[in-house]
Amino acid sequence: MDDLLKGLLGALRLLVSADPQVWGIIGTSLRVSLTALGLGALLGIPAGAWLGLRVKRPRWALALLYTAMGVPPVVLGLLVYVFISRSGILGSLGLPFIPRLFTVEAMIVAQALRALPLVTTLTMSAVMGVDAGLKQQVLALGATRLQLAAVVLREARTGVVVALVGGFAALISEVGAVMLVGGNVAGQTRVLTTAIVLETGQGNFDRALALGFVLLTLAFVGNLLLTRLQAVSAHG
Amino acid sequence: MAISNRSPTGPQIFAALATFVLLAGCAAAPPATPAPTAPPATKPAVSAAPTPTSIVAGPNEMILSTTTSTNDTGLLAALLPDFEAKNGIKVKVVAVGTGAALKLGEDGNADVVLVHARAQEDAFVAAGFGINRRDVMYNDFILVGPAEDPAKVAGLTSVADALKKIAAAGAPFISRGDKSGTNTKELELWKAAGIEAAGPWYNAIGQGMGQTLTFANERGGYTLTDRGTWLAQASKLKFLKVLVGGDSIAQNKDKALLNPYGVIQVNPARYPSVKAKYAEAFSAWITSLETQEKIAAFGQSQYGQPLFYADSEAWRKAHP
Repeated sequence: MDDLLKGLLGALRLLVSADPQVWGIIGTSLRVSLTALGLGALLGIPAGAWLGLRVKRPRWALALLYTAMGVPPVVLGLLVYVFISRSGILGSLGLPFIPRLFTVEAMIVAQALRALPLVTTLTMSAVMGVDAGLKQQVLALGATRLQLAAVVLREARTGVVVALVGGFAALISEVGAVMLVGGNVAGQTRVLTTAIVLETGQGNFDRALALGFVLLTLAFVGNLLLTRLQAVSAHG
Repeated sequence: MAISNRSPTGPQIFAALATFVLLAGCAAAPPATPAPTAPPATKPAVSAAPTPTSIVAGPNEMILSTTTSTNDTGLLAALLPDFEAKNGIKVKVVAVGTGAALKLGEDGNADVVLVHARAQEDAFVAAGFGINRRDVMYNDFILVGPAEDPAKVAGLTSVADALKKIAAAGAPFISRGDKSGTNTKELELWKAAGIEAAGPWYNAIGQGMGQTLTFANERGGYTLTDRGTWLAQASKLKFLKVLVGGDSIAQNKDKALLNPYGVIQVNPARYPSVKAKYAEAFSAWITSLETQEKIAAFGQSQYGQPLFYADSEAWRKAHP
């Protein structure tokens, strides 16, 4: 209880005092999660819309999607690790666009791979939930498939926002993969979750708890913003 | 039927939050369970790892808290059966970082500690947590780095000179950054070299020796490692080589790189539950000439050189 209270007070102090280390960690966390979410959404929303609109969804695609959803992030991190490692399949080629291990870019790749199936599946479900009558109506009016997708996605925007909120929450709270491919370098690839692991390991429970509260607050604010956005878009 | 999403309804917001909680839960870190121990009156210079609270020693058992190096190299596994047979005591080994190992003793959760961080050991005894510190053995640290050696430190006899050149070249240095014995040593060496170890070239990763070596191998960086871990892992680290410290302890020209281990009995006056008799027996046994001979020979067959050099009083008397 004492630790918990100290952690809460510590969190307030850390945020108010504008500790540059902590803000750096928060910044890296946000940068990695939001960039990865953006990449995931860029591919995942169209993919989800495509799958959701199809009358017969290809089984292999669904199987692949659900498998990808089920892969533990740490295994995803391991796969990225062995691919881009200096002696890995991609890493050994020395290509300029392959990120090096233990960089923010490597973390973004692993996180984007995690976000992609999440966003795709949730978008697909949202699109599938749109009234079939509307689709027929839009098609009857002579809309192209692309226009149909746009209309349906607009109708399904609540679900898409849920996909993004969920994706963000999953990414920012992920530990295993970012630890493996990011390496937890102070001031470079250290994010909230890996910093919490480190501080706990060193017995600095107040600092670990403080960072934990920061993480919770961040997720809460993110949620609040997105639900607000959703409300605005629904009215507009 | 109209599609009703004019504004987010209660259930929708609930769904969003529920999804968030579910997903966050799936990905969340293992819960941090703080040890329910009150902060000790005197804190050692370095904070410790969480104290495992589940270790309980039975009537014929004792708890040895030690650093990972003595366990990971296989030294304890090779030595302990002899002690256990002679005394009819089972030794439970808790291998953690030096700070954490001392913390176990500090909280009365271990009976005897075997660690390598002289300053912290002395503080531990001075604060009344431990008694009767004895020299046991030493091994050494070496500086390893990329074979291409951008900072040109290969063959230097002084680690301080090597660190200065690395800093001047801005070559990547990988630090454990975890307040372990090795990390403490590394920070002392930077201080002695008069360099502030900070900047984009200095990577503090907060991880163990194995991960740190892997990181250095991957990123072409320099790092300080204990020789035992290096020897055990060298075959997997094809981009790295020893640059300062030579191929064996005998070749290590820099005294600053030596790494002495000490054994300390946890003070029974402070914690009556401590098995003082067993702790004393262990301390006497590990410093005895017979055990010291085994320490001196350990690793010879596997690595062609010993991993630790015996250094107890009894050994020094027998080998002046």
